[in-house]
Amino acid sequence: MIIKILGTGCTNCNRLYDNTKKAIEMGQIPATIYKVEDVKEIMKYKVMTTPVLVVDEKVVFKGKVPSPEDILKTIFNEMLNKDKDS
Amino acid sequence: MQIFTWFADYVVYNFLHLEKGHHLTNAVHFFIEDTSKIFFLLLVIIFIITYIRSYLTPEKVRSLLVKKGKNIYFAHLLADLVGIITPFCSCSAVPLFIGFVEAGVPLGVTFTYLIAAPTVNEVALVLLYGLFGWEIAAIYILSGEVIAFFGGIIIGALKLEKYVEGYVYENVSTDIDLEVEEIKITFKERVKEAFEYTINLIKKIGIWVIIGIGMASGMHGWAPTGFLAQIAGPNNPFAVLVAVLIGIPLYSNAAGMIPVVSELIRLGVPIGTALAFMMSVTAVSLPETILLRQVIKPPLLAIFLGIVTVSIIFTGYLFNFLIP
Repeated sequence: MIIKILGTGCTNCNRLYDNTKKAIEMGQIPATIYKVEDVKEIMKYKVMTTPVLVVDEKVVFKGKVPSPEDILKTIFNEMLNKDKDS
Repeated sequence: MQIFTWFADYVVYNFLHLEKGHHLTNAVHFFIEDTSKIFFLLLVIIFIITYIRSYLTPEKVRSLLVKKGKNIYFAHLLADLVGIITPFCSCSAVPLFIGFVEAGVPLGVTFTYLIAAPTVNEVALVLLYGLFGWEIAAIYILSGEVIAFFGGIIIGALKLEKYVEGYVYENVSTDIDLEVEEIKITFKERVKEAFEYTINLIKKIGIWVIIGIGMASGMHGWAPTGFLAQIAGPNNPFAVLVAVLIGIPLYSNAAGMIPVVSELIRLGVPIGTALAFMMSVTAVSLPETILLRQVIKPPLLAIFLGIVTVSIIFTGYLFNFLIP
């Protein structure tokens, strides 16, 4: 699983990064987290507010900093959806 | 707001049994009344604003501006008004800018929004209303709106599109989806999110509010009010200028600055000077400027900063003149 945090480097972006890390540790999810700070890269996701959480190329949160619990819930949901698809 | 006076009366006289008329009693009374009032207002007003915000995403603002913005003055006004309530974190400035320009929102209108959003800060509004009444709060909103409106118009009239970094326009495509998909959030979820945001914000800024009010109550009745008034008072013609120049690099969380400002006004600094100081702290932020450099070239950046700085200084002098 690939998780990206898009943000130009403000405190909210860092908080989202920390919360996501916690979520992954809590759920013991095999995932790699990347920080994306390049504006051109960020714009490819067609978002207008940062920070953004991207799970396997899908934007799941934008413009807010959810708690680790909420992030974990969303990641689990994403994993379930994918199982259904395949 | 009488209820907070009664609350403070009750705590000070009936609960703490302090003697009337003492400096200490007055200070404690003042502290309890102001903190309870401010936190109540913060809770209520920030909650209401955040709730409204959940309906007004940047994507919606953008499609509103593109669709209803045929008349350019109307578009500026619209950008100005939505700037009051839409969320704005300086780190969103760049994606927001690109998103607007890509969809064909005129440069001037984009700047009106970019100026209005951080200039009129909802926390500052609550504190000004709570500490000084609605007249000053209204003046604060009005001056921020006027600056943003005309700042955007000037930038639009100067035809500065050439100072926008090329890659921003490269992406301009006609297939930008302006139909905003209705986000399916229930009423309950909106309320929950607004409430969580409000609590988080109060947690973050609460300590500064308490420190500010604490300082003010500490000086209540004792402070040599003439001291600051002498340095930054009406007799110093450069006070506004200096206040703005100090304010710009001081950028911090706007909320942290407010108690300092209310302190200044209480100590006799004229409203215009204090307002100018506060607006320079919130509106012109160094981090935001550095980020904006990624999308606009130095000349436009300088014009943007220049217009905002000059307008704030002008507002300061105007209000000192109107409300001496």
